[in-house]
Amino acid sequence: MEIDISAQMWAAMVTCFSAVFTSNILLTYFLGMCPFTSVSREVKTSIGLGFAVIFVMTSTMAINWFAYHYVLVHFGLEFFRFILFIIIIAAFVQFVEMVIDRYSPRLYQNLGIFLPLITVNCAILGASLFMVIRDYTFIVTVGYGFGSAVGWTLAILAMAGIRQRLTLSRVPPGLQGPGITLIIAGLMALAFIGFTGVLQ
Amino acid sequence: MSPNGQATLNRDIIVDGLWRNNPVFRQVLGICSTLAVTNVVLNTVVMCVSLTFVMALSCVTVSLLRNITPRNIRMMVQTLIIAFYVIIVDLILKAYWPDMSRNLGPYVGLIITNCIIMGRCEAFAGSNKPAASFVDGLFNGLGYSFLLLTISVFRELLGMGTILGMEMPYFSTLWDKWIIMVMPPGAFFALACVIWVCRSFKTKEQG
Repeated sequence: MEIDISAQMWAAMVTCFSAVFTSNILLTYFLGMCPFTSVSREVKTSIGLGFAVIFVMTSTMAINWFAYHYVLVHFGLEFFRFILFIIIIAAFVQFVEMVIDRYSPRLYQNLGIFLPLITVNCAILGASLFMVIRDYTFIVTVGYGFGSAVGWTLAILAMAGIRQRLTLSRVPPGLQGPGITLIIAGLMALAFIGFTGVLQ
Repeated sequence: MSPNGQATLNRDIIVDGLWRNNPVFRQVLGICSTLAVTNVVLNTVVMCVSLTFVMALSCVTVSLLRNITPRNIRMMVQTLIIAFYVIIVDLILKAYWPDMSRNLGPYVGLIITNCIIMGRCEAFAGSNKPAASFVDGLFNGLGYSFLLLTISVFRELLGMGTILGMEMPYFSTLWDKWIIMVMPPGAFFALACVIWVCRSFKTKEQG
């Protein structure tokens, strides 16, 4: 099987870049909004959650690619993908939790509480479904998974930074909490649209 | 609530779902998968119908199985039940309305991770009778739908001058179209405004 590795790598890098900036999974596809509005109160917790998401998303995307192309397509069970993907994600998160707990209790203390949250993070399932719809190859899939996760982390970090400043400002009562968070997210999405011209 | 901790089937469940404890502006849950399709009214209608269908039926199923589900794996069981109904919706859309299925892309599948369904299953259906759970799921779904429909009507009208693809007087001709409303930032702004308006009503009611 002859695959042009360098072209693939280049495609993966472009996909990765576009997933971080031009089509940020949070700001253009609205995936992962729930933790985004609830966890983004502090920079420190956002970093922890961000790293957990980067690790889990990149790995599960790779596993899901193999599971989809070598198991589901092979048996003609493509409609089963929702269940398979969610089981793989849940199982992987559980597994990582146990491994970290066993070998690095300190890391577990910092990261552990975020891991169960990740299972219900729609960004991870969403990225896997995009991978199927857009027919990515394996290398591009890994690039896409990594890029999406980095883009998500970038957005939640920026939001946490802004929200810490926000505690000092006066917000109308009906807009406090989620309302103002969404307006900030809208402004951030506007800023990210500015990147659109960078590719092509 | 009746003495044995079971919510009785009454008006309270309906009012809670539609307004007092509305999933979108009170709890701000589960906006991920549906906010993305609010740029066109038709997509939103299909998405909201699917979501309400999945929510009502999975609440009933979770409620029926509540006594035989082992407690420590209940999350997984609930996820699988929800996924089962989502697959049904996905297959129906693919078979009878392939264009719509393509428009919605991955978002139908993402109903599975919509936290609001999980939240209702966990908070209500897991400890209540099937009939009450069905009403709870249905009206939470409707409460969710009516807000998203409001958002989508404004987005399509201001952004493209149409509603359900029909050209509206004034908006399709003289109105300077706000393209930003059909782009992603518009969704954030529209949702924020709706939350703002609804929560202001709420504060007045209490005060």
